[in-house]
Amino acid sequence: MFYYEKKLQYPVRVSTCNPMLAKFLIEQYGGADGELAAALRYMNQRYSIPNKVIGLLNDIAMEEFSHLEMIATMVYKLTKDATPEQIKAAGIADHYVDHDRALFYHNAAGVPFTATYIQAKGDPIADLYEDIAAEEKARATYQWIIDLSDDPDLNDGLKFLREREVVHSQRFREAVEILKEEQGKKKFF
Amino acid sequence: MFSQFRYWKPYISPFDPCKPIRVKSYSTPPQLFMGFQPPGLPQFQTPHQALMHGTLWPALFSPYPDPKKGVKPND
Repeated sequence: MFYYEKKLQYPVRVSTCNPMLAKFLIEQYGGADGELAAALRYMNQRYSIPNKVIGLLNDIAMEEFSHLEMIATMVYKLTKDATPEQIKAAGIADHYVDHDRALFYHNAAGVPFTATYIQAKGDPIADLYEDIAAEEKARATYQWIIDLSDDPDLNDGLKFLREREVVHSQRFREAVEILKEEQGKKKFF
Repeated sequence: MFSQFRYWKPYISPFDPCKPIRVKSYSTPPQLFMGFQPPGLPQFQTPHQALMHGTLWPALFSPYPDPKKGVKPND
């Protein structure tokens, strides 16, 4: 069951009307290493992972949904008032043809989201290593978007999201350490 | 203290079409080195600071882009 708090995890500000940034940001919305893929991956893996780390996967999945919401807000703000001319100039006319100004789960190249982006292998180590890799890839994606964006307010939000990937990666690495510990074994020193 | 970025010099061909980038870098954020987070790690002074950094602990903060970008090693 979900409780919804009607505010964003971190304030989203966009200072310039630059719809082309929306094209880059949509990678984190419906891309392979995006927030949707992350949230669905963890919320699904959580069922078959050892008890000790279920809570971690659950909490991080919830936070990924909050990030998805932030990305959606950024994309929406960048496109909601764009004229067809601006949309053409920004290179997102192919999106407009199919979706108007609505958001859609696809990546920066327009490839629709697919469940094949995520995996649940059932092996806890394999799954957690995938999660660590996913966080590092999302971190890198944020870096490349920051490189392309010249909007300081937007970059502020993106730097926050990048830092959260760092923290999540740290937590998944700790989860691996927890599962590596030999349980119930008598220790001799 | 570990450094948050690594630098390397790629091979530059005399026939490269674009102006070469002589030094390339990549990010090496703190989670690569921390292992289990030690208990009692110092936190940011105020909740607002922590929010703006995206983490409670300065030791887990990773800047981007490289704040030293464009600064010569001796500066």
